[in-house]
Amino acid sequence: MTETLAFVMDMLVHATPLIVAGLAVAIAFRAGIWNIGADGQLIAGATAAAWIGVSTSTEIGWLALPLALIAGAIAGGAWAAIAAWLRSRFGVLEVISTIMLNFIAIYGVSYLVRGPLQEPTHVYPQTSSIVTGAHMPTLVAGTRLHWGFVIALVLAVTAWWVMRYSAAGFRIRASGANPFAARSAGLINVSRVTSVAFIVSGAIAGIAGAIEVSGVTFALYENISPGYGYTAIAVALLAGLNPLGVIGTGILFGALETAAGTMQRNIGVPATTASVIEAVVILAVIAVAQLRVHRATSVA
Amino acid sequence: MTSGVEAFLEGVVRTATPLALAALGETVTERSGVINIGLEGSIIAGALGAVVGAAHGGVWAGFAFGAMCGCAVAAIFAVFAVTLRADQIISGTAVTLLALGGTGTLYRVLYGSAGAALNTPTLGPMPVPLLSRIPLIGPALFAQPSITYVLYALVPAVSWWMYRTHSGLGLRAIGENPAAAIAAGVRTKRVQFMAVLFGGFLGGVSGATLVLAQAGTFVEGMSAGRGFIAIAIVVLGRWNPLGAVLAALVFGAASALQFFFQATGSSLPYQLFLVFPYALTLVALAATRGRTSAPAALGRQNLDQG
Repeated sequence: MTETLAFVMDMLVHATPLIVAGLAVAIAFRAGIWNIGADGQLIAGATAAAWIGVSTSTEIGWLALPLALIAGAIAGGAWAAIAAWLRSRFGVLEVISTIMLNFIAIYGVSYLVRGPLQEPTHVYPQTSSIVTGAHMPTLVAGTRLHWGFVIALVLAVTAWWVMRYSAAGFRIRASGANPFAARSAGLINVSRVTSVAFIVSGAIAGIAGAIEVSGVTFALYENISPGYGYTAIAVALLAGLNPLGVIGTGILFGALETAAGTMQRNIGVPATTASVIEAVVILAVIAVAQLRVHRATSVA
Repeated sequence: MTSGVEAFLEGVVRTATPLALAALGETVTERSGVINIGLEGSIIAGALGAVVGAAHGGVWAGFAFGAMCGCAVAAIFAVFAVTLRADQIISGTAVTLLALGGTGTLYRVLYGSAGAALNTPTLGPMPVPLLSRIPLIGPALFAQPSITYVLYALVPAVSWWMYRTHSGLGLRAIGENPAAAIAAGVRTKRVQFMAVLFGGFLGGVSGATLVLAQAGTFVEGMSAGRGFIAIAIVVLGRWNPLGAVLAALVFGAASALQFFFQATGSSLPYQLFLVFPYALTLVALAATRGRTSAPAALGRQNLDQG
């Protein structure tokens, strides 16, 4: 196999969690929810998927995979639900609460892989390998690309359709664009709509974590997410919060991270440079948007 | 046992100092109506700056350069959030990412890819005569590194400036009622820009404190969410300087608990104590519901509209 093909496949493998987590961020931001916690929700999803993967009997065969994905969604949604509840009940700024929950998730995994979920020999801080029934099937034979990428595409198209054409999508967009107008003119229960959008966002991020465990790592360990949830913010913003656009920007950042990894190995450019580029992308996007607003208002 | 309690209280003040410094700066920033989520970025930049400065000119050069680095990061945020009036939350998140990634990259470029443990000179405790002899609280309050005494001096100074001077009134006016402040001739963007820089300055000092009064070295991501915890402390301290310091002590206690329990040989998992400050942040924010004392225009993007 050529090197280029291997790079492309690696790029799509890297892009998969970024697309899915990017969708999670896009939906939340559209609802006016600053969910900076996709990382923690992704970790919660990965943890639940790994737990299913190591604890189910091999007899249930391939059923372990959908179970792991569902468990991932539930865990991610539940993790987001904490912040959603704190927001709607106590008015806690979700930016702060989701970041705190990210840290708690990281230490939670650290505890689990050294405690109750550690592999039986108690040597490595990780779980045992998940049962083969929970493995995501390979998409292209002989490469690492798995069906999780297809799931990511299906989720993106579904999210796009829901946001654009369904009543639920309209309510989310209305609540995010102008909560006061949505409340007074549209008979929309903004608090409820945004809470649900928040939890759905977390569930999708949880699926990203479950896909990562079932398709790439096959076990849970510390640092299971190298900050996917933060990269996802750049992915979502660069896509203009459009779920279809997230596919393209997710692949772009997947390429960036693959290249960053290669550069670190070959010429010693630190991989942290990738997050600098992400930050610059976010700042460039908002600068362009603001300058456009300024020009529009100064002409008018 | 007394010495155990004294050691615990000393740990509380020591771990609270960087949090209080950052929260004090953010209090001023938020009073001007700007919430700087990029504070975390200023702290990590201050930490790296402290290492670089201290390597060239000793501890105080470390503090000075750390403060400048914190300021520089805050200036990037201010260009977007104040000058361009971009969304404060997004700008702040991006600036945090930028600083976390940038410091990691710079550190490896400057000091090698392994991130070799680089030791900087540190501030030792400087006991104040007499006062440090007070039983129980004496050592905690008055046998600290000198940066803690700088904090003691800053709190009344900032309070006096904010509540007793004309420019302090202008700052608070923008945060409470921007339209009135504009009508009164306050130059909103300029004041907000300066308030963000001040927050970044103290954020940088906070990061420098982590290195020069505690760790003695730089570790990637060593700010560990302190910027966000400091923002929670501002809320808990009801947006006033003294309140911020008192709230920081609560968080200092939460962090110091882990040393206390480790010393007593507790069998509880250590992660439980590491999680404690973060969990406390959530509880504290929920407990201070009904944010009545928040500046009315906090986070507002466009000041001229209503």
